[in-house]
Amino acid sequence: MLVSMRDTDWDGVRLHVVTGKGGTGKTTVAAALALALASHGKPVLLMEVEGRQGIAQLFDVPPLPYEERRVAVAPADDGRPGGDLLALAVDPQSALIEYLEMFYNLRQAGRALTKLGVVDFATTIAPGLSDVLLTGKAAEAVRRKKDGNPVYGAVVLDAPPTGRIGRFLNVSSEISGLAKVGPIRNHADTVEKIIRSGQTVVHFVTLLEEMPVQETLDGIAELKNVGQGNIQPGGIFVNMIRRGPDGPVTAPADKTRDVEALEVALKAAGLGEDHGLAADLADELAEEARAEQTQAAQRRLLDAAGQPCYELPLIGDGIDLAALYRLAGALREQGAA
Amino acid sequence: MSPKTTPLTIDQLIDDRRTRIVVCCGSGGVGKTTIAAAIGLRAAERGRHVVVLTVDPARRLAQSMGLTVLDNTPRLVDGVRGTDDEGGDAASAGAGAGAGGASAGGSMHAMMLDMKRTFDEIVEAHSDPDRAAQILANPFYQSLSSSFAGTQEYMAMEKLGQLRRADEWDLIVVDTPPSRSALDFLDAPQRLGRFLDGRLLRLLVAPAKFGGKAGLKVLNAGFGMVTGVVTKIIGSQLLRDVQTFVSAMDTMFGGFRERAEYTYRLLRMPGTSFLVIAAPEHDALREASYFVERLERDGMPLAGLVLNRVHSSPAARLSAARSLAAVETLQGLPESDSSALAITALRLHAERMRRAATEKRLAERFTAAHPLVPVARIPAQAEDVHDLDGLRVIGATFGPG
Repeated sequence: MLVSMRDTDWDGVRLHVVTGKGGTGKTTVAAALALALASHGKPVLLMEVEGRQGIAQLFDVPPLPYEERRVAVAPADDGRPGGDLLALAVDPQSALIEYLEMFYNLRQAGRALTKLGVVDFATTIAPGLSDVLLTGKAAEAVRRKKDGNPVYGAVVLDAPPTGRIGRFLNVSSEISGLAKVGPIRNHADTVEKIIRSGQTVVHFVTLLEEMPVQETLDGIAELKNVGQGNIQPGGIFVNMIRRGPDGPVTAPADKTRDVEALEVALKAAGLGEDHGLAADLADELAEEARAEQTQAAQRRLLDAAGQPCYELPLIGDGIDLAALYRLAGALREQGAA
Repeated sequence: MSPKTTPLTIDQLIDDRRTRIVVCCGSGGVGKTTIAAAIGLRAAERGRHVVVLTVDPARRLAQSMGLTVLDNTPRLVDGVRGTDDEGGDAASAGAGAGAGGASAGGSMHAMMLDMKRTFDEIVEAHSDPDRAAQILANPFYQSLSSSFAGTQEYMAMEKLGQLRRADEWDLIVVDTPPSRSALDFLDAPQRLGRFLDGRLLRLLVAPAKFGGKAGLKVLNAGFGMVTGVVTKIIGSQLLRDVQTFVSAMDTMFGGFRERAEYTYRLLRMPGTSFLVIAAPEHDALREASYFVERLERDGMPLAGLVLNRVHSSPAARLSAARSLAAVETLQGLPESDSSALAITALRLHAERMRRAATEKRLAERFTAAHPLVPVARIPAQAEDVHDLDGLRVIGATFGPG
């Protein structure tokens, strides 16, 4: 089915912040979402902020410098060619030097400052400042224009994990304790405006496991309490869904009868000599049913959160570009982009 | 040919009285906290006096260990069984606090790190009350001590140093913070030390010490420019806060560096063992490789890799291929309820075997790159762990074989 731009759940959103508990595949989902968004034809920027070079690993390219680089092209859509996917690894040090250059023409000084440890100082020891510089870079990319048109159709930010997201996005108040006036304060206010507008949503990546689900629900609740609560929660991306080959397995009503039935069938299939096999396979069935039940309970909790949920299949052998395209396709089918 | 793996026996590690510190590290979401808690409980029930330092436990797991508040104090965990009643009834919860927890075997304390409070305590311990109050009220200090980046890592290591110095426990199990980059907790103390030693800091202190602008005059023009730029970036009010903070802290700085160095040395001592925790997944094992390489480079004593949540099958003797062949045979026969059930079971089994094979391949890839690193395998549990019994089930897999 062809999906036109109007059919997506996040029309009008320009900054997609992606968070999630560690180990849920946050970077992968951010990349797949960026690819899906780029298929509308406009270039999309995928940003990472934690110095992990996760994007480079995902797209199998050399480590990204502090520079927007094309890493992929989205698949064509509706006959239109797909847009470029650009990636950027932002680190607070480079962002600070760029900021100095932009506002004070201090490129040369930037080097001297690095040497003296000012940059290290400003970014490591005043972490609130780092966050403002990082979100500030995302806000700049969202607002950047060429010939009166936005350069990027959307910006996807692979953000810090759920435990840190509220603080990360709560730029203004994080800074307000530190800087009540001054250029950083003004900068923070500009960034804040974008983050708290309808242009920005925060997506959550989770697995159907208890802890990631709990963190997702806590994270959504936390957004409501950050500052004036104007930060919009976005979608819940349920990642790495493992489907049994025959769909859900229901718990056996009577295990002894199952074992007997399995014994008969296994014998017919030529596996009759192994007498413990039927019981072992019945155990596997029961275990699967139990796991299925746990997952169903987690799914109900997520549904109750009231945000759109998207499902992404498990890709067992490491994510490559083909897998990202597949995930991006799944997201588009479900209306996430 | 698959590479040969040296098995890691966690029981051996915790039974060895020379092991005083076990540091669990690894990327987020691999079950680090659960493994740390399981190691603590196992060691306590095998006779050791253990304290587990956790950073951010899941709520229910924390509750199971009696940690309902984040209060930075080690709490005795009720329900730890002495060696006498192993396998018997659970020791009654109330007895844990008294003789029950301590005499028969070991004991277990657990604590949750409160990084701000830890930082506050250092300040209070190292300055007179007036000065301490001044520092604690400083806005720059408040931001520094309650922010996540770096401080949490440093404070976890600081707390470890404190627990070790207290010498009330013969085994400390540390669950490290989910760091942004591989081993921030190793770097943070040094980074802080470097920072505190730096010229910049002297520079920033100067004006406050000698009184406003007069101080600046004694510095050369280059330094004056730097202060000017710093003012531009962060604003003069913040700069003043920093200066006040720095001059108030001045007497403590040497202490900070000393402590950082003490903790770093502590980590490298023979009584310390690092365990790298990973799930048998592509990304987690890649992270694990980084951890292992980094620990080796720093000369940290690595005990081995703990491969958590490994999937296996009770019917491993039936291969995926034979299982699917049997499905085909059944599909060629007349349909019946029993054959439908068997087809489901056999397909599921084939899937499981494939999953186990994938995990095995990933683990072998790790071992090929790090042939000398011993590996322990912890089977996947059907449900999340949130009580001591769940931790015991995991602990029961720490033995040989």
